[in-house]
Amino acid sequence: MKAQGKAFKYGNNVDTDVIIPARYLNTPDAQALAAHCMEDLDATFVARVQPGDVVVAEDNFGCGSSREHAPLALKTCGVSCVIANSFARIFYRNAINIGLAIIECPEAVAGIHEGDRVAVDFRAGVIENLTTGQTFATHPFPPFLQKIIDAGGLLRSIREEEKA
Amino acid sequence: MGMTMTEKILAAHAGLASVRAGELIEARLDLVMGNDITSPVAIQEFEKAGFTRVFDTGKIAMVMDHFTPNKDIKAAQQCKQCRTFAVKHGIEHFFDVGEAGVEHALLPELGMVGPGEVVIGADSHTCTYGALGAFSTGVGSTDMACGMACGRLWFKVPAALRFVLTGKPGPWVGGKDVILSIIGKIGVDGALYKSMEFTGDGLKHLTMEDRLCMANMAIEAGGKNGIFEVDDVTRAYLEGRYHRPYTVYTADEDAEYEATYVIDLSEIRPVVAMPHLPENVMPAAEADERAIDQVIIGSCTNGRIEDLRMAARVLRGRRVKKGVRCIVIPATQAVWRQAMEEGLFTVFLDAGCAISTPTCGPCLGGYMGILADGERAVATTNRNFVGRMGHKTSEVILAGPAVAAASAVLGRIAQPDELEVLA
Repeated sequence: MKAQGKAFKYGNNVDTDVIIPARYLNTPDAQALAAHCMEDLDATFVARVQPGDVVVAEDNFGCGSSREHAPLALKTCGVSCVIANSFARIFYRNAINIGLAIIECPEAVAGIHEGDRVAVDFRAGVIENLTTGQTFATHPFPPFLQKIIDAGGLLRSIREEEKA
Repeated sequence: MGMTMTEKILAAHAGLASVRAGELIEARLDLVMGNDITSPVAIQEFEKAGFTRVFDTGKIAMVMDHFTPNKDIKAAQQCKQCRTFAVKHGIEHFFDVGEAGVEHALLPELGMVGPGEVVIGADSHTCTYGALGAFSTGVGSTDMACGMACGRLWFKVPAALRFVLTGKPGPWVGGKDVILSIIGKIGVDGALYKSMEFTGDGLKHLTMEDRLCMANMAIEAGGKNGIFEVDDVTRAYLEGRYHRPYTVYTADEDAEYEATYVIDLSEIRPVVAMPHLPENVMPAAEADERAIDQVIIGSCTNGRIEDLRMAARVLRGRRVKKGVRCIVIPATQAVWRQAMEEGLFTVFLDAGCAISTPTCGPCLGGYMGILADGERAVATTNRNFVGRMGHKTSEVILAGPAVAAASAVLGRIAQPDELEVLA
């Protein structure tokens, strides 16, 4: 699995209230949520984001609420991957559970700037900054989590286990 | 090597003799909780995956509290979806308007959580129940769906931080001041992925309301869970409301902690967390003197009876400053009734406060007290992120009920001692 797109770069503690403000949580509809993604942090995000684009951020990405609407909104916008120094733990679980790719890689965060073209090869575990030519190695997920990711999310993984 | 409280509870629920920090395990769940915002997504996922029944109709709780009484048609549809699901699957603990309250105030009050249990909730403040000696943590909607279907869930056993509490807090200092002071010290990711374990001689001076408030905000330090040692205060709280036998887990003397912090409660002062992070903590006495527009007293952090009593002690015989809107939101129906019977509502009404039915409402910018551009609120809630209570240029200042009430009277951030001087 590979992804490619331009980078949107943000700072520390990007919280779930700015990823998807609670005033829009009166619907579970993914498209409706995506229309307001990142609105209070970057009002132009939704207009600029293209399928394949990558969100890059510093520490504690996704802190705050447990709302799964946050990774869902990012995924539905077309974001292929979030790369950060660290993730808040509920966001981390939610992203894996719904099949939004996330990577903890401080070296890549330091080496990617707003607007850079980025390619991610998930199988090989390599992030490439196509703009600068730099490459960064990622750490593999534990096999247990990789199984969930490969199945396309937690519930599909459980259903497959039940059938096996 | 010994185990922490959290490790012992997780080991017992995974059917293992011992577990270690970092280990991935699957644990049995004693309770799965969701609300009117997170449950609809969980129901969607549950049905999409083809599950046809829940694992135990008595171990699932759904609380309609965030946008209720329904704030608009879409919110009403979400509650309807939850109600229909609850009826279809025979979910016993479905709490609707009139019986509900803010989930993390309601479930402990009803004796639905107790020591040694493993609880998940599709709400980040599910960590509240650690106050009762449970392992309790917030998850997303897919995890909730998995919990409802299987009664089990995967966890990474968290490393732990130990907070040894000593001394006795001063008269206007509550759990909120203690936990904000801790978050100010370790930061909003200071406990990322970790367990926060609270112990020490000072515990006996903390009421169950203080502890619920502190465990509630473990997530604001990035924590997976916050957990308190079970003692006489816990047992007294459980008496008459929790009717199942329970196991008390205490940490081994040689349990492994990444760090130990000794917190002298007598040194904690009334504090505030300034915008836009709960770690921006400073003594209320040192905050700026800019005018505020609104005060919120309520939420799963500080909407319990003791919080309202504290606010009433400050507001008795005083008036909310002209230009400030002060909204009091008792967290549950029982808190509402008790506040009414104790005469607290007379104090609030005389002071010029509005009193709301139980709801999460303004805490997350839902409704019932939304801020316009540039407005500032002092709130006893738990988050002050950008846009949390309304417009993205509005500001939320977090505080305990005593500081919030004093701020309502003076129209700026204030501590109760200032009123004594002024009186």
